[in-house]
Amino acid sequence: MIPKELKYSSEHEWIRVEGNIGTVGITSYAQEQLGDIVFVELPETGKEVNKMEAVAVVESVKAASDIYTPVSGRITEVNEELNDSPSLINEDPYGKGWIFRIELRDPRELDELLSAEEYEKLTKEE
Amino acid sequence: MPFIPHTSEDEREILKHLGIKRKEELFSHIPDEIKLRRDLLLPPPLSELEIEKELIKIASLNRTVRDYVSFLGGGSYDHWIPATVEALLSRGEIFSPYTPYQPEASQGTLTMLFEYQTMMCELFQMEVSNASVYDGATALAEACLMALRITKRDKVLLSSAIHPEYRKVVRAYMESAGFGVEELSFDQKGRTNLNELESKNLSEFGAIAIQTPNFFGVIEDINAFKNLKKDGALLIACVAEPLSLGVIAPPGSYGADIAVGEGGSLGMHLSFGGPYLGIFTSRMKYLRNMPGRIVGETIDREGKRGFVLTLATREQHIRRAKATSNICTNHNMCAIAATIYLASLGKRGFKKVSEINLKKTHFLAKEIAKRGFELLFPSPFFNEFAIRIKNPEKVIERGLNEGFIAGLSLGKFYAELKDALLITVTEMHSLNDLSRFASFLEGMKDG
Repeated sequence: MIPKELKYSSEHEWIRVEGNIGTVGITSYAQEQLGDIVFVELPETGKEVNKMEAVAVVESVKAASDIYTPVSGRITEVNEELNDSPSLINEDPYGKGWIFRIELRDPRELDELLSAEEYEKLTKEE
Repeated sequence: MPFIPHTSEDEREILKHLGIKRKEELFSHIPDEIKLRRDLLLPPPLSELEIEKELIKIASLNRTVRDYVSFLGGGSYDHWIPATVEALLSRGEIFSPYTPYQPEASQGTLTMLFEYQTMMCELFQMEVSNASVYDGATALAEACLMALRITKRDKVLLSSAIHPEYRKVVRAYMESAGFGVEELSFDQKGRTNLNELESKNLSEFGAIAIQTPNFFGVIEDINAFKNLKKDGALLIACVAEPLSLGVIAPPGSYGADIAVGEGGSLGMHLSFGGPYLGIFTSRMKYLRNMPGRIVGETIDREGKRGFVLTLATREQHIRRAKATSNICTNHNMCAIAATIYLASLGKRGFKKVSEINLKKTHFLAKEIAKRGFELLFPSPFFNEFAIRIKNPEKVIERGLNEGFIAGLSLGKFYAELKDALLITVTEMHSLNDLSRFASFLEGMKDG
């Protein structure tokens, strides 16, 4: 389950870019590793963040993990639905389980991220 | 592993193995000038029998509330403890295990903590309770930190009618973390001056904290809390005497966002002021910001009901840097004592004890007023009240000769209340005790 059209970080976040806005979530591999997700601590909208800064937290029955933003910019929107249904991340990690949207500060940062093939290789190595 | 110190033979063997001659060489890296370089000045060893005799002799020097008729309160209350509490608490399963949270081994403890949480939610009329924290003072401090986490603000506002020692603990927590504390004064009626809120910029504060009944025993204006203008600050209610909840409206009914308390009155001995029980309750929407641990109900693979830690203390094993609290201890045994106490009394019994406290206290207040004393604050009170009296320290000193611990001198805590004595009554007092005490005070009237 690694959609071809997305970019990936080595910390298991995916980003889908439309215009100047990126939508970010965690990969299917990541949600499988975490197990049942019970809580998501969402970032603040309007916040300026830098690439690979910890901006959110997902807590599962097994552990709590930080979510890092794959690119720098301003948080424009968060997925409020996760407050009541954090399990959307398990059920639909690349769709309804998105976590936040971010306005890109420097689109060139996308070139530093992994392609679907590179990310697949990474998960095989782990 | 045998729990005995090593013999001299063991020592010789260890030294030989390490290739050193003397024990002292193990400490060679400690500078000589800070070493004691002599044995501790202790008496020679004694047999168990001799030690027991010695300790009994020392303990007999103590004077407790059993030796006097005591009117001390101010956060520590002497209440009757049913025999069931002691009997069940002394069972090894409850008395001994440390951190007993593994569900496969600790269903008993987890069940009792789950019941405790349920009882606290009912008592405080709140939606969620943790498995307890240290004591009332730290519960209040943790509540302030929690409110600042939620509101992302950096100051709290405390009523100065909150227990002075609780406020000290809050300040210690706040100031060391770089947060600010401001206080609201109290008025002629001994109630928090809520009209001071008008002149404050409330959007700066993460919390407004009050205590009811407050340190003077006065019941605060609960209706005013319901309509409080808070500008996003959370209302923290502190209950230092939970037995009051048998007759007074609980924090949940007047809009508390976080409600904390001291559970010492619920089946715990005074024992020099602890160990006590920090009660910590809140609303479901703030669950994730709560410190401590929460026990939850679930089912096992066979569909049988069982209990687990639903919310673990982050300070212990996950993301310690982002802990909600620096203390993950809960006062397990005290929480279980409270559970047994409340279960022993039942709803009606609890209400009854609460009513007895109320009636006896008001009986004494009337007896004292009859003898020409003035109550410090003309407000409703639960089981303590303050009177104006000359030289309260002298009253306390003289009381000891008459078999009374007369109460608490308020001047110790409030410079402006030098001529005030705080008097506490519980179900432990007989009417005869109360009448005798009123007569004693009458004799002390002119200092």
